[in-house]
Amino acid sequence: MTTTRVTSTSVEGTRTPIPSPTGTRKRKRSRVELTYYLFLIPSLLVFTAFVVVPAVIGIFYSFTDYVGYGDWSFLGLRNYQALFTDPTILGSYGFTLGFAVVTVIVAQVIALALAIGLSRRIRFAIPLRGIFVIPMVISGIVVAYVFNYLFSNSLPALATSVGFTPLEQSILGDPNLAWISIVIVSAWQTIPGALLVYTAGLAAIPGDVYEASSLDGASTWKQFTSITVPLIAGFIVINTVLGIKGYLGAYDVIVGLTGGGPGNATSSVAMTIFGGFTGGDYAYQMANATVFFIVTVLISIIQLVATRGRTVRL
Amino acid sequence: MTALDVKYDEAVTIEKSRRRRRLDRTNWPLTILLILASLTVLAPLYVTLSMAFKTSAQSVDGNAFALPAPFNPQSFAQAWQLTNFPVSFSISLAVAAITVLLTLFLSSLAAYAIVRNWTKRVFRWSLIYLLAALFLPFPVVALPQIQLTALTGLDNPVGVGILHAMFQLSFSVLLYSAYLRSIPIELEESARIDGASTWQVFRRIILPLLGPMNATVGIFAFLASWNDFMMPSLITANPALQTLPVVQNIFQSQFGTNYNVAFASYLLAMAPTIIVYLFAQRWVISGVTQGAVKS
Repeated sequence: MTTTRVTSTSVEGTRTPIPSPTGTRKRKRSRVELTYYLFLIPSLLVFTAFVVVPAVIGIFYSFTDYVGYGDWSFLGLRNYQALFTDPTILGSYGFTLGFAVVTVIVAQVIALALAIGLSRRIRFAIPLRGIFVIPMVISGIVVAYVFNYLFSNSLPALATSVGFTPLEQSILGDPNLAWISIVIVSAWQTIPGALLVYTAGLAAIPGDVYEASSLDGASTWKQFTSITVPLIAGFIVINTVLGIKGYLGAYDVIVGLTGGGPGNATSSVAMTIFGGFTGGDYAYQMANATVFFIVTVLISIIQLVATRGRTVRL
Repeated sequence: MTALDVKYDEAVTIEKSRRRRRLDRTNWPLTILLILASLTVLAPLYVTLSMAFKTSAQSVDGNAFALPAPFNPQSFAQAWQLTNFPVSFSISLAVAAITVLLTLFLSSLAAYAIVRNWTKRVFRWSLIYLLAALFLPFPVVALPQIQLTALTGLDNPVGVGILHAMFQLSFSVLLYSAYLRSIPIELEESARIDGASTWQVFRRIILPLLGPMNATVGIFAFLASWNDFMMPSLITANPALQTLPVVQNIFQSQFGTNYNVAFASYLLAMAPTIIVYLFAQRWVISGVTQGAVKS
């Protein structure tokens, strides 16, 4: 903002009666040119109409017994109370949180490992990076359908041919194992984005830092923990926060793999909420959605606060 | 400096460069490891390709990695018809186009107004207001949105495009703001002295400078919209107007064992973005990386 101030004083210094494009200290009370409002208002209007108004309406209905049409009356907090004793809802939160935490760890570890690998003296670095990024451009539901076939047909066929009994049945049909397939496909799909972020972060670390430390006799692992990780901590935070937020809203991949089953074993919060539109418990699921929003925001804040100040700059 | 010293220096230089060359040598074990890792990406793509060319009889044996024998390209004709490919493809393209154009238009203008009026409270608060959606997952507002789009006649691909753009807005405004802050204001000052209006300044000076950021924002918006299943499947009421990812669900029920046809269809659904990506790879990667760094 310093440049702004310097320029506007120079404008005033020459006493040109042209309005400065930015508000300056002297002109703080001056009116902002109308054009700027015309630039801003479309976004605010559309955003309010399509996101904020629905959100407010939804939260309002969460205090009623509305079923999606017709009459309704106030219930107070009864929907919310019911949520906390509903095994389906609690199950979906348990599954979604567990799945999000496991997937974010799996995806970030692999993405970071690949990014470090690609930054070393290897051949074919560009084509390899090109291949690793491909999953990013493919639709999640289609990927899930492809993996669905692999998990339910190819894997059991393979297990049978080598005589490995535990995998002869499809893991998609096993309430205790189905979640693994969702972790694998979600990670497969989201690793590229994280990989590119880490690649950018690693490229910003000057090579002589590593040279100096290796002269001092630091091992590769020591370099990783004492140089690489602290210097890309900011990227790890942003990847983890955005990753968790994405996994919490998981839907497409689950629909394509298990459809939430077997039973409700892999039913995410998003899936139970959408059930509210067909199941006639609109208001109840809006209470669920409201709680889900609060949980999402809280998790993001906790992550940001817990990791604040961990970033090191050269 | 004596001749001996020079000789010694030379020897040291040669030894140094030799050592450096040894350091520069390719790390083959790591290269091989990464090539093996890349198979986890390539294998499912290979399976899709080979399954699509199998016969129905061969496709049910579970041996996904076997080559097609005999080679059967007819599945594509069936997949093309069943998914009404030209229609679903066009609808996907239209939805993505609405999303990209609306996102670029709304967020670049809003970000410019906010950055240039940062000292004004209204503009600062507007940014915070728009950024709130960063932490708002679609499921939270899905039910009322389904209802409202139905009420307003937007329960169609146009409504899906608008909603996709809404969920890109926060991130895009953030990217544009970060980028606009790095553009020196002097560029605008001279045009203003020549009497250019704010709109002219934006149109003639800012917009051309936004090129790289437009690409970044556009790529993110396009991929999010083109690949989405959740929103079109919930918002669009008429099944005949569904997007490419959504129509793939017919193979989950009706044509359960015609895996070859299903995979031909998956291939048709994947191919457009993969082909574009292969040709525009450097561009896509630099665009996404810029977005990652700016955020």
